[in-house]
Amino acid sequence: MTVADVLLLALGAVAVGAGVLVVTSAHLVRSGLYLVVSLGAMAGLYLVLGAELVAWVQILVYVGAVVVLLLFAVMLTRAPIGPSTDLDRPALPAVLIGGGAGLGLAALFADAFRWTFYAMPEPGTAERVGEQIFGGWVLPFEVLSILLLSALVGAIVLSRPDIGARAAATATEHERGA
Amino acid sequence: MTINPYVPIVGLLILGALFALFSVSVAPIVGPKRFNRAKLDAYECGIEPAPTPIGGGRFPVKFYLTAMLFIIFDIETIFLYPWAVSFDMLGLFGFVEMVLFILTVFIAYAYVWRRGGLNWD
Amino acid sequence: MTSFVTAATAVDPTLETFENDIWWIVLIKLVGVFALLLLLTLFTINYERKVVARMAVRPGPNQVGPKGWLQSLTDGLKLPFKEEIIPKTADKVVYFIAPVISATTAFTAFSVMPFGGVVNMFGHQTALQLTDVPVSVLVLLACSSMSVYGVVLAGWASGSTYPLLGGLRSSAQMISYEVAMGLSIVAVFMTAGTMSTSQIVAAQASGDPVQLFGFEVTAPGWYAVQLLPSFIIYMIAAVGETNRAPFDLPEAESELVGGFHTEYSSFKFALFFLAEYINMITVSAFCTTLFLGGWRAPAPITTFWEGANSGYWPLLWFFGKVLILLFGFIWLRATLPRMRYDQFMRFGWKVLIPVSLVWILFLAFFKVARSGAISDTTRWVTTGVVAVLVLAIAWGWPSPKKPKQLSIEEELHQRPPGSFPVPPMDLQVPPSPRVRRAVAERDPVSKEV
Repeated sequence: MTVADVLLLALGAVAVGAGVLVVTSAHLVRSGLYLVVSLGAMAGLYLVLGAELVAWVQILVYVGAVVVLLLFAVMLTRAPIGPSTDLDRPALPAVLIGGGAGLGLAALFADAFRWTFYAMPEPGTAERVGEQIFGGWVLPFEVLSILLLSALVGAIVLSRPDIGARAAATATEHERGA
Repeated sequence: MTINPYVPIVGLLILGALFALFSVSVAPIVGPKRFNRAKLDAYECGIEPAPTPIGGGRFPVKFYLTAMLFIIFDIETIFLYPWAVSFDMLGLFGFVEMVLFILTVFIAYAYVWRRGGLNWD
Repeated sequence: MTSFVTAATAVDPTLETFENDIWWIVLIKLVGVFALLLLLTLFTINYERKVVARMAVRPGPNQVGPKGWLQSLTDGLKLPFKEEIIPKTADKVVYFIAPVISATTAFTAFSVMPFGGVVNMFGHQTALQLTDVPVSVLVLLACSSMSVYGVVLAGWASGSTYPLLGGLRSSAQMISYEVAMGLSIVAVFMTAGTMSTSQIVAAQASGDPVQLFGFEVTAPGWYAVQLLPSFIIYMIAAVGETNRAPFDLPEAESELVGGFHTEYSSFKFALFFLAEYINMITVSAFCTTLFLGGWRAPAPITTFWEGANSGYWPLLWFFGKVLILLFGFIWLRATLPRMRYDQFMRFGWKVLIPVSLVWILFLAFFKVARSGAISDTTRWVTTGVVAVLVLAIAWGWPSPKKPKQLSIEEELHQRPPGSFPVPPMDLQVPPSPRVRRAVAERDPVSKEV
């Protein structure tokens, strides 16, 4: 076993362990923190595999932005200090489905690759990723902009029904009253 | 013997974390302890604070929208980085691609602006 | 004069330089950077207090140590021996973790900062930089995005109203200005063609020769000159990102007591303080690296002193530039009043971000046009079309409809019956007799008019 193998195993164990804690913890905000650990460990996995850019993008986008949004969402609705006792989660089916899916995928991968070894590709530098995305994967990249557009429009339509063209009349009504 | 360039980053992370953990855990030991029940209450001032954090504290949805906007623009920035680094290789084609990408996101941005989503109050 | 000049010139490190470091050299540099950050923080606190004091015409700290320069050290040593008060509503675990996250991320961000070129350290050739990787700027940005957690968790875990408000405000502010900061760096990547900090410094060593009125002039290499809009946007975003005045809204004392660290005392408070100052030093050092030529001496020095960039001299230039930038931070604090939160957010989202995006596209177009990928006619036609488009968008930019201005009578008419009587909006208050008398005494002419 090389250092890289040990690191992969250790980081994988951390990612899975933290992932289990995310769903079993009764503390909402602490669940978010475990998610940070899990996603961070995955960034570590990318790093060990030589995908530097992807690893740091994982940290910047998932840890630095998506989980912050999750924490905000938790704090907007409710973020009690201490365990939330009203979390209604049937444990057994969740364990069955989660464990089954995880083990099944693992078995599938193990079966697909057996003991075939692949040489590590060149490190995923920014230049290579850039050439690939903007040279070979142009269409997915442009479609992604549509996804971002719809996400932003959806966010504002769902979260701020009180503002905008349709609600303008009521808004002025409010302002007058204030 | 070569050292992976990430080792020093992890090293500084560990050193900083050890320092922080040490100082956080040593301070309660060396500091004095004088019990007073009033000290343990959360800070309050003036009238009863409006959003009570324990229990039903709720916050303006504006914060959520800000975080959502942040994610969108963060992803856009992330795509700009590899594009910028390999810009000289991509040439005119890369430029046109990025113009289309930024314009599409800009439409959403203009819509949010029009709806007043960028106004804080 | 020539006795100063050493034969050596600046040696730029490459990425291999860092892989060939021996472990004890790495250890020395590691401890060195750590100690440097602690010392710089202690220095900066005193520096800030002294500069602000001079600007307010008072002496500032002048009791402890020579001319008061040990004041921050004694303050720091005092804090662990103060009682630690943890509010009973706090989430104990997260309350402990939050300052650790803040301090750790602040330290880690400095690991990719280049202080100088290759030097001889105890017989080994090594760069004056802890480490460098091809994406080291992303490492730095990732650390700064992680520092949001320290703030938002500290605010939440205190279980108290003001810290929670301060934490949310603070994190919303940090993420808003992080976008502008990230966008301002894109232009640097585009020009330098790399994301490694040492290579960005190397790329700023000399500017391209440009034709100016028939003469060949070497353009200044600093990106602060070449990419001035990016530099300005970066500086503004850096002030917002570090929660410094005039954007120090999370700590608006008049509204939020102390912001997210209201409930923190003893050494945990000191850690937040440390993290804040390290962040300030980091953004200054980062700005030096990205825009001010890094550790290279400013332009006129190298013309008559060739060895200015060799050996350990770069430390002088680097920290000189950082101190000047820190002075800028302190100057802002002493001069400007705090902005209002809505103005602040509006500025970030409606000005900084669109301006950076347009600037990036403009720069990209400029570079494409210069590289000769498109013919001259196409270039002019495209420029014209874009200019017309920009004007058209600016003209018809969607702005929300203003509500119709009602006259006073209409507004009074619309009030629900039984509401409080209010004075009319255009009420003319007659000047008080005392004011009238004072005016009359001061200026006897006005009596006759």
